[in-house]
Amino acid sequence: MSDNNQQNTPAPGAAPEPAAASASASAPASASAPASSPAPQPAAAPAPKPDTEAPRSNKILNEILGGSFLISILAVLLALIAGAILIAATNEDVQTASGYFFSRPGDTLGAIWQAVSGAYSALFQGSVYNFRRDSFADGIKPLTETLTFATPLIAAGLGVGLAFRVGLFNIGGRGQMLIAAACAGWVGFSFQLPAPLHITLAVLAGIAGGAIWGGLVGFLKARTGAHEVILTIMLNYVAFYLISYMLRTPGLLQAPGSPNPKSPPMAETAVFPALFGSKYNLHLGFILVIVATALVWYLLNRSSLGFRFRAVGENPNAAKVAGIDVKNTYVYAMLFSGGLVGLAGVSQVLGTVTGGFSGGIDAGIGFDAITVALLGRSKPIGIFFAGILFGAFKAGGFSMQAAEGVPVDIVVVVQSLIVLFIAAPPLVRAIFFLPKPGGRARRVLPNVSKEVAAK
Amino acid sequence: MKLELRGITKRFGSLVANDHIDLVVEPGEIHCLLGENGAGKSTLMNVLYGLYQAEEGDILLDDSVQHFEGPGDAMRAGIGMVHQHFMLIPVFTVAENVMLGHEETKAGGRLNLDAARARVREISARFGFDVDPDALVGDLPVGIQQRVEIIKALSRDASVLVFDEPTAVLTPQETDELMTIMRQLKSEGTSIVFITHKLREVREVADRITVVRLGKIVGEASPTASNSELAALMVGRNVELTVHKEPARPGAASLVVEHLDVIDANGIKVVNDVSFEVHEGEILAIAGVQGNGQTELTEAILGIQPRTNGSISLNGTRLNGQSVKKVLNAGVGFVPEDRTHDGLVGEFTIAENLMLDRSDQQPFVKGGTLQLKALNDFAEEKKREFDIRAESITTHAGRLSGGNQQKVVLARELSRELKLFVASQPTRGIDVGSIEFVHKRMVETRDAGVPVIVVSTELDEVVALADRIAVMYRGSIVGIVPGDTPRDVLGLMMAGETGVAA
Ligand SMILES: Nc1ncnc2c1ncn2[C@@H]1O[C@H](COP(=O)(O)OP(=O)(O)OP(=O)(O)O)[C@@H](O)[C@H]1O
Ligand SMILES: [Mg+2]
Repeated sequence: MSDNNQQNTPAPGAAPEPAAASASASAPASASAPASSPAPQPAAAPAPKPDTEAPRSNKILNEILGGSFLISILAVLLALIAGAILIAATNEDVQTASGYFFSRPGDTLGAIWQAVSGAYSALFQGSVYNFRRDSFADGIKPLTETLTFATPLIAAGLGVGLAFRVGLFNIGGRGQMLIAAACAGWVGFSFQLPAPLHITLAVLAGIAGGAIWGGLVGFLKARTGAHEVILTIMLNYVAFYLISYMLRTPGLLQAPGSPNPKSPPMAETAVFPALFGSKYNLHLGFILVIVATALVWYLLNRSSLGFRFRAVGENPNAAKVAGIDVKNTYVYAMLFSGGLVGLAGVSQVLGTVTGGFSGGIDAGIGFDAITVALLGRSKPIGIFFAGILFGAFKAGGFSMQAAEGVPVDIVVVVQSLIVLFIAAPPLVRAIFFLPKPGGRARRVLPNVSKEVAAK
Repeated sequence: MKLELRGITKRFGSLVANDHIDLVVEPGEIHCLLGENGAGKSTLMNVLYGLYQAEEGDILLDDSVQHFEGPGDAMRAGIGMVHQHFMLIPVFTVAENVMLGHEETKAGGRLNLDAARARVREISARFGFDVDPDALVGDLPVGIQQRVEIIKALSRDASVLVFDEPTAVLTPQETDELMTIMRQLKSEGTSIVFITHKLREVREVADRITVVRLGKIVGEASPTASNSELAALMVGRNVELTVHKEPARPGAASLVVEHLDVIDANGIKVVNDVSFEVHEGEILAIAGVQGNGQTELTEAILGIQPRTNGSISLNGTRLNGQSVKKVLNAGVGFVPEDRTHDGLVGEFTIAENLMLDRSDQQPFVKGGTLQLKALNDFAEEKKREFDIRAESITTHAGRLSGGNQQKVVLARELSRELKLFVASQPTRGIDVGSIEFVHKRMVETRDAGVPVIVVSTELDEVVALADRIAVMYRGSIVGIVPGDTPRDVLGLMMAGETGVAA
């Protein structure tokens, strides 16, 4: 069962209609709709500060209070409260009880409490620890499920976040994931190699595929000045139909002898080993995203390439005057971004859905990644934890539906609200009576698409 | 209207930018605020204008306490401000910017742009400004943007006007016009706060002078005080107002520019057949009214102007056609005229900004990895050397006062191995004490045998630094004259008269 429901979340995996190829194919994908609208505003994740002696404790406190971190937490809290209201409002018991609210208000309140606490405890038990199981080994399974769901979200979130930091809006996650999955998958099912080598090759092929698909965007932007948002959207379509075609064509990606648009299963040697034995689904991919998080952190904060990335993202004009090749930087950034998103695709085909993939293998993760990157403020560590939170929503959402009959859509609403609140820090501050941050307003969203003045 | 500030205190984190400041500006008075870079002048004015909320203190207009939630409130109360960091919208035209905030509409809510255009023309005419109401602000050089900012403030008929370093990029003529206008406004009863680092202007128009240092008022000065007295009050020590420099000992011609044309994005020739040489150990100043091609000329040298004809060569190697990186690596130091736009990354720390144009070089980078220790040591040293006033080297450049931002750019460019130094408005917005220092450094650079080009609209600076002066007008060089050419001759040349220089 678990293998199945991870496959494609609520959306049907096989043979989506052409219409379903659009951005909102699956339910989690639609969560990205609100994510894409606030984003073109000018704004940016504050640049990280190299640590020096300066009054550190003071600074950390400032960061937490005035800045982004607290707002993120409060945004999550607010979204959960709004979710609670929705749960209560859609619950049948609550509706019935409110019919005689004035004669017995206690009933209504009780029903609300029942509905909300039931739903959220199911969410928790489905994503962190299940108290209904006797042994720890069984009880902890939801947490490993959460991490399994989080794996591709983190990888893709890192890719999107990295692009944000360079001032680019990569909404081509879907396409990059599909190409990466196809490359990794093809290596995974067509060769017979010893396991470590096979896995390595498949991973590299996938990352390369994603990087090329992303890099193409950077290249076209640098050469022709085309806008990356348009390019990535269009390349999503191209990738989807390309992969669908290949999945329908025997001799390309289609499983031999099968009429379905689906690839053959991965060879045993290419499948990510499970981390804690076959009882849990958590696989090697999670280790890879931990490594990726560390690498992206290093890249952005400690490497000279990352320095140039950030300079171009914050002020392309000054970067240009300082001799930084802005156009090349866009190409590199999109290569990295695509490669990281590609890792998400790899983790899907080699780790989560190893029985062969279809055109819905991306499962909307490329779009959810935008939300994850925003919640994580485009910082690697932030993205890591945002990815885990969203993984928990996914894992817990299903058990919430199964146990309490609360529609999974509530989770999507909560996710969307989180982004909405994050995009509007003044709103959150007003609700919680927080002081305005000192000085000029800090930008909290990435300043995507700040173009270099055409000189 | 009478303006009174009482006990204004404004903090940024642990930094006290304004410490219980009291200030009274009577109606019909021009009140000058003098003070070093980072003293807190702009902060005080931004509090007055509602951009910042003070932690303590009151703002009173005609003796009644005001509560400004934002600039809208301040504007409605009759306060106008010319900002040091312009508050203009780059994608709007001049007319649209000027009417922004009090748009006039015609029937059906259509904007009355004609009225705004007429207003821009009328005020420009009063000043002798040459501003096209339909130009996009983002396309204009800083000098013109400054004029737009002034026009915007004047178009509101404010009864309290704040001018925060309005003359930093104006020509002497324009400055004189502005001061005439200020006197005229004053006689109509407007209260004026005037912030400037140019002592000549202070003495010319000020009725009262208040000196601010480290966020506190340290005293008043009389408008009859001498330049050096004022300077000493401002920075708390004696300042040498004229650079000491030995006569230049020019060496071989190092930078050779021949028949240079620069064509801008609109296909207009903004630099037209310009030829000149700069010798080793020589300062060539390029004088002229802003917008006569100086900006584009320096940008062409750096390689950020894509369309050029003719040649630019440094010690025999051709520069034009090369990437910016190659030009910088050839030893060209460059101070852009617009520091916030082209010189700094506002969200980067001071330290990060100091390595901006050496982002792949020793000692800041080894094997692709940033050397934070080396960078921090370097930044600490430069912060001390250039007297950059900031809490620490991790302060974001965007949070620095205007003059301190300029110092960051200068520190970066003057601490490389140079073969040519090109500086546009190098002392724009910096205080007299720092100007002394920067001028000294530029003369030292020259004496080390480096050819130096200084673009300045400030005649004082041109005359102080130049060994030779090239005057530009409408994209061409009107003439190249010796450094001791009288100012009135230079003034005529800047107006395009060719005959004057023999
Ligand atoms: N938004 C901000 N956040 C933090 N610090 C700030 C901010 N704005 C100004 N400061 C600090 O407050 C101090 C006063 O700055 P201010 O801009 O008022 O100086 P100033 O007197 O106008 O100097 P200048 O002559 O260079 O323009 C400076 O040390 C500056 O770094
Ligand atoms: Mg200032």
